[in-house]
Amino acid sequence: MSEIKVDDTVDITDVVCPVTFVKAKVALEELEEGEVLSIRMNEGEPVQNVPRSIKDEGHQILKLIDREDGTYDLLVRKTGS
Amino acid sequence: MAFTNEQLERYSRHIILKEIGVGGQKKLLNSKVLIIGAGGLGAPAAMYLAAAGVGTIGIADADEVDLSNLQRQIIHATDNLGQAKVLSAKETINRMNPDVTVNTYRTFVASDNIMELIGDYDFIIDGTDNFPAKFLINDACVMAKKPFSHAGIIRFKGQLMTYVPGEGPCYRCVFKNPPPKDAVPTCKQAGVVGAMGGVIGSLQAMEAIKYITGTGDLLTGYLLTYDALSMEFRKIRLPKDTSGCAVCGDNPSITELIDYEQAECSGV
Repeated sequence: MSEIKVDDTVDITDVVCPVTFVKAKVALEELEEGEVLSIRMNEGEPVQNVPRSIKDEGHQILKLIDREDGTYDLLVRKTGS
Repeated sequence: MAFTNEQLERYSRHIILKEIGVGGQKKLLNSKVLIIGAGGLGAPAAMYLAAAGVGTIGIADADEVDLSNLQRQIIHATDNLGQAKVLSAKETINRMNPDVTVNTYRTFVASDNIMELIGDYDFIIDGTDNFPAKFLINDACVMAKKPFSHAGIIRFKGQLMTYVPGEGPCYRCVFKNPPPKDAVPTCKQAGVVGAMGGVIGSLQAMEAIKYITGTGDLLTGYLLTYDALSMEFRKIRLPKDTSGCAVCGDNPSITELIDYEQAECSGV
């Protein structure tokens, strides 16, 4: 898979469930259909739940990158509306 | 309008919902709901709408808080006794949610003030306790093309329906005219369980939230009845043809608002 172009980023490491997902959701609303959001999140609960919740909303999960510092970058393509 | 972090957290349970989300929460914050009657129905309706972040809530009521109100009118408390209900309600809402602007109207609705009262609002909640007010609110909302939620409670029973202009029958389509004075007991004479107001008033708040956010199906074209003793809800389909109605029909005979004689009650 070639390099994915990221259109916007959001950091949700400063909040806890359920605001993690809420913050990601608000950031996704700002994007156009088809654009890609990179979401930085903490390991543990956020990385277990946020990708699933975003998938449930109909968006496309592209990649989960382990930054090996206790955080992950989740790349999501906005789909549906 | 961007959300503050505090708002994101306050409304997170709404924003998470696919059916509401960021857009729906913004609609709620920009919406204006008028609650007529700060009593058994209006109290829970106002509180849930305030908590939901309805940006402007109008409350119309001429009464003062009475000790006998407190069994069901949960927006008022013991230290509000004697205070105007609209002010007591405003105090509670201000404590609940600083995002809400509360407009108070210390008056009973009548033919000479209701059009002005409802004019500024997106959705009206009928939380009144008497038939003259219910028919007045209906006729005014039909004439002003405003959606509203009708409800009534007595003893262990309650009912509600939602009117949206052009989308189904109005209250008068179903009930025609107020019953003769004293034919139906008021809740003062008949009694009412406080939680009835909670059940039905909360359903009214739910209808307002669904209307504002454009989510789901409203109770238009139906009357929902609730009997707490038999624990039964019934959703009764109403006739679709409204052409013969005296106020919302094709050739309305009622073109001016009517002040029917009031059968007084101390509050729903």
